[in-house]
Amino acid sequence: MALALGTAAVVFVALLCELGRPWATRTARSLLASWRARREAARRGPAQIPFDPGRELRAEHRARGLLRSCIEPEDWAMYRDLGFLRVWGKLGEETGAGAPYAYLIYPHRPIIAYVPRTGALLNEYCVAFPDQSKPYGSTLLPDSDDVLAKWMALRADERALIKDANMHLPGRQVDPELVRRDLGRLSRWERGRAAQPEGARAA
Amino acid sequence: MKLLRVKPGHGEILLAEGDVDVPEQELELIEAFRRELDAGLWAAVPTASRDGRREAELVKSFDEVPRDAERVIFFPRAAGGATPPAGGLRARTA
Repeated sequence: MALALGTAAVVFVALLCELGRPWATRTARSLLASWRARREAARRGPAQIPFDPGRELRAEHRARGLLRSCIEPEDWAMYRDLGFLRVWGKLGEETGAGAPYAYLIYPHRPIIAYVPRTGALLNEYCVAFPDQSKPYGSTLLPDSDDVLAKWMALRADERALIKDANMHLPGRQVDPELVRRDLGRLSRWERGRAAQPEGARAA
Repeated sequence: MKLLRVKPGHGEILLAEGDVDVPEQELELIEAFRRELDAGLWAAVPTASRDGRREAELVKSFDEVPRDAERVIFFPRAAGGATPPAGGLRARTA
């Protein structure tokens, strides 16, 4: 009796093994592949993107094209030649060239408010446009896209942008002497443009 | 009308393009518009004032986009307080 039961048990176990072998093989292979993939990912590090030395340059070229298509030709020439943009304040009694205050927009730097008549610096408005999707590991837009974002936000709703920005006194992040130097460059640039004939000013 | 988005490391990308007078294309534009706004982006429409000055208008729904607008540009919403990079901004100022 015992022999018969023992034999039946052995046959049953052998049968189970045979039936379960394909499943066990698949599971083992899957676990092995998964472990290999994890090991490979750990070796390469997080979010490995192939190195492309020209990516940022191409991005900046596209951004400059977009900026140029959105702002005044005169403003584009200013940005191209000087590296920053002047935007007249719209909340004063006068707007445009007679406005009592204006802003300087630098890429990835605070917006500087100043008095055009005297050159006095008023405030630094720290504002950024971080893209948290980080498609290539960075939240920073190309320089000209950052300038465009600031320009659009200022032109569309100056009061809201200034309200949301962190305000500091001049000199917190941008050296006032360098801003004054830039205002001097802007003044010389405008005189030079004014002296040129209309056709030669084409951006 | 074109819906564009500016992105780090890329510049602008075309999200959608279509004619607002064609119902199917307008629906596609509206869906793409909502997707970007839901992702937390701001939308701006470059415009021109009566005297020809270039301006921009922030819009919060597709209904606010002028029907004759050629482009809507999406960009990340503003966050106060840019962090100075290593070395400080003072040294980098042009």
